[in-house]
Amino acid sequence: MLDDHSEVDAGGAALRSLGGCCGAPTPLGSTGLGSSAFGTDRALERWAKPAQDGLMRVDLLAPDMRCAACIATIEDGLRATAGVATARVNLSLRRVGVTFDPERLTVAGVVERLGRLGFDAKPFDAAAVDDFRSDKTGRELLSCLAVAGFAAANVMLLSVSVWAGAADATRDLMHWVSALIALPAIVYAGRPFYRSALAALSVGRLNMDVPISLAVILASSVSLFETAAHGQHAYFDAAVSLLFFLLIGRFLDHRVRGAARSAAAELAALSATSATVVRPDGSRAAVAVDAVGLGDVVEVAAGERAPVDGEVIEGRSDLDRSMVTGETRPEPIGAGDVVHAGMMNLTGPIRIRVTATEEDTLLAEIARLIEAAESRPTKHTRLADRAVRLYAPGVHIVAAVAFAGWMIATGDLRVSMMIAASLLIITCPCALGLAVPAVQAAAGAALFRRGVLMKDGAALEKLAEIDTVAFDKTGTLTLGRPRLVTTPEDGRARSAAKALALGSRHPLSRALAEGLADRPAAVVDIAERPGEGVEGLLDGRLVRLGSAAFCGADGGTGGAETAVWLRIGEAAPVRFTLEDTLRPDAAETVAALKARGLRVILLSGDRAEAAARAAAAVGIEDWSAEQRPEQKLAALEALKDAGRKVLMVGDGLNDAPALAAAWISMSPAEASDVSRTAAGLVFSGDRLEPVLYGYRVARSARARALENFALATLYNLIAIPIAAAGFATPLVAALAMSSSSIVVTLNALRVRRIAPETFGAEDRQDAGAATSVASSPCPGRRAQAAAQRLEEARA
Amino acid sequence: MNMILMLMPVALFLGGLALAAFLWALRSGQYDDLDGAAHRILQDDSQPGDR
Repeated sequence: MLDDHSEVDAGGAALRSLGGCCGAPTPLGSTGLGSSAFGTDRALERWAKPAQDGLMRVDLLAPDMRCAACIATIEDGLRATAGVATARVNLSLRRVGVTFDPERLTVAGVVERLGRLGFDAKPFDAAAVDDFRSDKTGRELLSCLAVAGFAAANVMLLSVSVWAGAADATRDLMHWVSALIALPAIVYAGRPFYRSALAALSVGRLNMDVPISLAVILASSVSLFETAAHGQHAYFDAAVSLLFFLLIGRFLDHRVRGAARSAAAELAALSATSATVVRPDGSRAAVAVDAVGLGDVVEVAAGERAPVDGEVIEGRSDLDRSMVTGETRPEPIGAGDVVHAGMMNLTGPIRIRVTATEEDTLLAEIARLIEAAESRPTKHTRLADRAVRLYAPGVHIVAAVAFAGWMIATGDLRVSMMIAASLLIITCPCALGLAVPAVQAAAGAALFRRGVLMKDGAALEKLAEIDTVAFDKTGTLTLGRPRLVTTPEDGRARSAAKALALGSRHPLSRALAEGLADRPAAVVDIAERPGEGVEGLLDGRLVRLGSAAFCGADGGTGGAETAVWLRIGEAAPVRFTLEDTLRPDAAETVAALKARGLRVILLSGDRAEAAARAAAAVGIEDWSAEQRPEQKLAALEALKDAGRKVLMVGDGLNDAPALAAAWISMSPAEASDVSRTAAGLVFSGDRLEPVLYGYRVARSARARALENFALATLYNLIAIPIAAAGFATPLVAALAMSSSSIVVTLNALRVRRIAPETFGAEDRQDAGAATSVASSPCPGRRAQAAAQRLEEARA
Repeated sequence: MNMILMLMPVALFLGGLALAAFLWALRSGQYDDLDGAAHRILQDDSQPGDR
């Protein structure tokens, strides 16, 4: 059993060192479990909470887990670790709950162990980030829904016998039993509505819950009175089923919002990372980023993002600035160069002296721009709120008028109260309450199936109103990673290059290794030269792969593509060209967006020639390059002032302020944390089509919601005269309410019928899907495959 | 009529039982990880010694 696991680990680690894994090495991997003395890893240890029997509990997020193999790998792997008491995966939420013995293990140890299993895990505070299923509101709504459903079904059964003609004592009995079931249910299940109605009334406002509460309370008290007086009609069934339908709508709404809120909170929890500070005496300590002071020396391992802004004092490496500036080419850096928080250190470990504390970093500057952009009020009012503003006063006036009319006409308080109660209950916003949540839940499910996540319902409503789409280039129109474009003829050079590329973590090397189909040559003594390239020995001769200067070639092409050179011995260097390729369907998507009457523009932070090429390739006439974050922001503000509603699509940190300032924004799942948090929708996958699909679903959702309002209004136009005239018996009320709710829900489901565009390229889509699965299976599958290979090798 | 007097409490009791069962399931976290439960049936038993 134990052996099994260690082999799984070994396989996983071996594969990752080949560059097959997308996960970054764990920040504390270098310190190792043994040396992580207690007290030094405060930054991580603060996430542990005391549990029973002197154990500690920590909740971790592992976004990479996807399948059954992941569950098994994590749970078995952790349980086999000394000191772990229990480990439980929650796949829906991508979380792991671990209890461990603090005497034998630390949080850092758990994170490190998960890292070796192939999962990049980060601890977070589960109590602070609780999602809709475990949060109190969600549970309360679900309990209320269950109670209301139970009561509605049973009361409805009893009512059927009344409608079927039960009379006198039998009818009274049915009414009394109905009251017995309905009244406790109305008290219990109505609480969310009563609370919200009271809150609104106490500040002198009307909301949807005021007429609902009034209708339910009035109808049940009138019915109780009728029952005691041996009356013919009781509205217990209507009151309870009204609550039931409304609670469905409320619960759907809560789910859509809750999922978004917890996603945002998790992102915020994740961004609280730690930095490795090197003390003057040479010892290292992991501290929280906000505890890093000016002048401290921070170590950034290869493959890690810089946690703070600073100046390099030691080490050479390559820096990937694409997340911050949109510049695709990694740049060599050395002592004296400036590094900004969020930039990825690629090839060698570096030490940086902190030149700006947290408030002064580029990241903080961008966060300030985002905050400023978000604090500006938008003119958007949600559809449901607009409907309520018309509805709530209207229904009260109609009920009051009907009550007064009947009082004047008959002078009978009992009849007048009955009429008013039946009017309130029959016009009550069953359909109205379901109209928007049902559409949004259906649209959310349709989007989710195609890999698009929306923050909340408002995002969907805003997306339907756009008239302009602004794209970022790097990582948005393009895939944000280089692909091999041209290779030399010489097969020997190709296989030597493959061998060298396999030994390096640089993204260009990885692209080369992926793009070259040749067998790697027998190159030995492969060593990475940070900032320059890789070198090794082939048949006793020095082979070098890297920059033009490193290989002694005449570089300086300055084009949009990137060149990597290879030199074998003293032979003339040969050239490999790589390019950040466009998403496969970028041009078609842009054309389709234009065909729908949207204006499409490109705002790139990259060099002018690269931006121009991308713009020409996808067919965008209106482009600008070398845009700094504040310039992108200004461009969007200008569009806003011109009265345009812009959808901003971007991924980098430099896009984040623009994303926040846009009418609505989307970002790819690979985007920086800050951008994903700022964006209203997030899409995944290599294709750009989700942008178009999101827009089409949003348009359809808007149309369905408006239709639902029309249906609800039509229903009320018919129902109000009937009720006011006194014809709304409990049977009529029950039929009318259920049928309108069902019609509205069925109409909402039509949103799901929208199919994504394939642009007549099924083959390419399949090929794309196949390669993406092959190149990045989830860590669980990789570990499983590695274990299987070891098994086979042994057999 | 006598039948109804007996059947109504019985029906309510059974319905109440179902409601209580649902509320218990909800409180004890049965609905917390629906995706995970779907995948767990594919797993071998991971109890030590079972494999």
